[in-house]
Amino acid sequence: MPDKPRSQPDSIDDTQQLLSDGDYVASRPLCTAIFLALRMGRPLLLEGEAGVGKTEIAKVLAQTLDRRLIRLQCYEGLDIASAVYEWNYSRQMIEIRLAEAAGNESRQTLEDDIFSERFLIRRPLLQALEPSPMPPVLLIDELDRSDEPFEAYLLEVLADYQVTIPEIGTIRAEQPPIVVITSNRTREIHDAVKRRCLYHWIDYPGSADELEIVQRKAPRAEQALAREVVAFVQKLRAMDLFKLPGIAETIDWANAMVELNRVSLDPEVVNDTLGALLKYQDDVARVRGDEATRILSEIRAELSLTH
Amino acid sequence: MPTATNSRSGYLSENIVHFARALRRAGVPVGPDRVLDALHALTLTGIDRRDDFYWTLAALFLNRREHFEMFDQAFGLFWRHRELMESIRPGSEEADATADDSTIPGQRVAEALGLTREVDLLEQAEPDQTGTAASHAEQLRLKDFDSMSSAELAEAKRLIAKLRLPIAQIRTRRLFPSAHGRLIDMRATLRSSLRGSTDIIPLARRTFRKRHPPLVVLCDISGSMSRYSRMFLHFMHAITNDRDRVHTFVFGTRLSNVTRYLRHRDVDIALGEVSRAVSDWSGGTRIGATISEFNLRWSRRVLGQNAVVLLISDGLDRDGGAQLNESMDRLRKSCRRLIWLNPLLRFDGFQPIATGVRIMLEHVDDFLPAHNVDSLAELTEALARAHQAPFKPPA
Repeated sequence: MPDKPRSQPDSIDDTQQLLSDGDYVASRPLCTAIFLALRMGRPLLLEGEAGVGKTEIAKVLAQTLDRRLIRLQCYEGLDIASAVYEWNYSRQMIEIRLAEAAGNESRQTLEDDIFSERFLIRRPLLQALEPSPMPPVLLIDELDRSDEPFEAYLLEVLADYQVTIPEIGTIRAEQPPIVVITSNRTREIHDAVKRRCLYHWIDYPGSADELEIVQRKAPRAEQALAREVVAFVQKLRAMDLFKLPGIAETIDWANAMVELNRVSLDPEVVNDTLGALLKYQDDVARVRGDEATRILSEIRAELSLTH
Repeated sequence: MPTATNSRSGYLSENIVHFARALRRAGVPVGPDRVLDALHALTLTGIDRRDDFYWTLAALFLNRREHFEMFDQAFGLFWRHRELMESIRPGSEEADATADDSTIPGQRVAEALGLTREVDLLEQAEPDQTGTAASHAEQLRLKDFDSMSSAELAEAKRLIAKLRLPIAQIRTRRLFPSAHGRLIDMRATLRSSLRGSTDIIPLARRTFRKRHPPLVVLCDISGSMSRYSRMFLHFMHAITNDRDRVHTFVFGTRLSNVTRYLRHRDVDIALGEVSRAVSDWSGGTRIGATISEFNLRWSRRVLGQNAVVLLISDGLDRDGGAQLNESMDRLRKSCRRLIWLNPLLRFDGFQPIATGVRIMLEHVDDFLPAHNVDSLAELTEALARAHQAPFKPPA
């Protein structure tokens, strides 16, 4: 790989350090996948439940590697006009009117003129491929929300890092951007896209990792409170809930406790704040009350054993 | 930073190739391009740490979560005795033997779940074809699946294979050129304005594309449905191969996703695969439990894009309706339209007496019969309409 930008990590340990500098606690497997994606110049496809920190990775990479972050949020019907480029039609019309008023331009020159880069509106994918001193981080968020035609279009972009604009020609990135694709798996991404990416499934973290995350992301929470919060959430994840709380919810909850000036959990405050953790009424109804009290006494017992 | 000498990396690459082959045999699709990538990746990560080695191969060889178990077992078996770079021998018989070893997870699953009874039933249906009952298609269409001879069943299967399911198309947010569209296609308009020589610019228009919503079929294969379930499998096979975005599940006491098997073009091979993969044929039914399992594990993955759900069941629940109310409620809220096909509805005096049936009726958008070819054909019309009135039991 010639001309490697200076700040790219040289090893998996480096990668772990890099993410840690950006306050992202990453497991070794995830670091391996990120390191390989960076070094092999491949897009990284991250799947996992909502709220496990998929999008955050792209942000942290952009911040620690000092790159620009270009984000493309996917949705149904996302098309080339909003993902790649669009012509500035009103300016084109004015240009045509002006040329007609002047009356001296031939049709061919006019056509060449109004379909020149001057009238091009650059959307995220095109921005990511444009020449820049440091290739940016391109985040294609929630690809599963887009439809199959857009995925098919993405193939050209991901395989060759180029897009074709019929009126101008092919625009190719001199240095490939760092591409991070996330999916919540509301549908299966096509194999052809997957084949071009490195794949990693982000799971919910274990207690130790989650505690470290809470301490970094909610530093105002006391150690004892953070321990209880994490233990409680870990217990919830073992239950048969419709939507398990993610890391984002854990951090929210810890922050909520801080705002309420709590130093430890008690059944009352848990019941009042369950909405920060669980987002479905069925789940809230199941946990609220006796169940919450039971979990609390369980984690009390366990935490007092370990200390 | 490759640490291996040439000959050593030679052994390594050969072993990686064997490992990929073993994975392929176990059912994880690993292309040759991925093997080359893996070799490249290993020169980057090095092979000093077993966990790095493991996760490097995982990042390259896996592309869906379901394959992870298989990969993990295969990795354990394949690299078991190999202290990295120590005892690796190139392409030896040992490597092949270990490779076979590693296919065990896949085989074990198939064998443990293998069910011969349904296969036998399916096969029995074929030899009788020349029997006396080569009856008219017309008569056959009205006959209950329950009372058909095997030859009639074979004929009915052929009729079902021709069925198409015109569930009303829904508007997507994707645009395409259309002469009478509502929206103006500025790009095409400007293009054409430069082409002609008149002062009038003709407006190019476009409109929203329509397409079928995804379809999810949940089919009961318990004992009380056993006579019907084979026909429904044929029906499910026909619609799976007719359009994209169809997901099929069967359930008795537990839920199995059979989409992949039914995608096979050949109906006999497809149904053979299904029988091998599913273990709870003709047993009891736990409708509530299986539907809540579907809600937990699958609904977010397959109902995401406004799916229509076809629930095929007689509503006779061994659990007496446990969990049924909550799970049906959740299911209905998660999909565009919930349609219940019930073969028992053929009886004119059908009364929703069983607890399960009563509970389920409260939560479905449509309640339709499905007991012979004709009712399945009518179904296609019923589904094309926007909405059905809910079922009212006869007074």
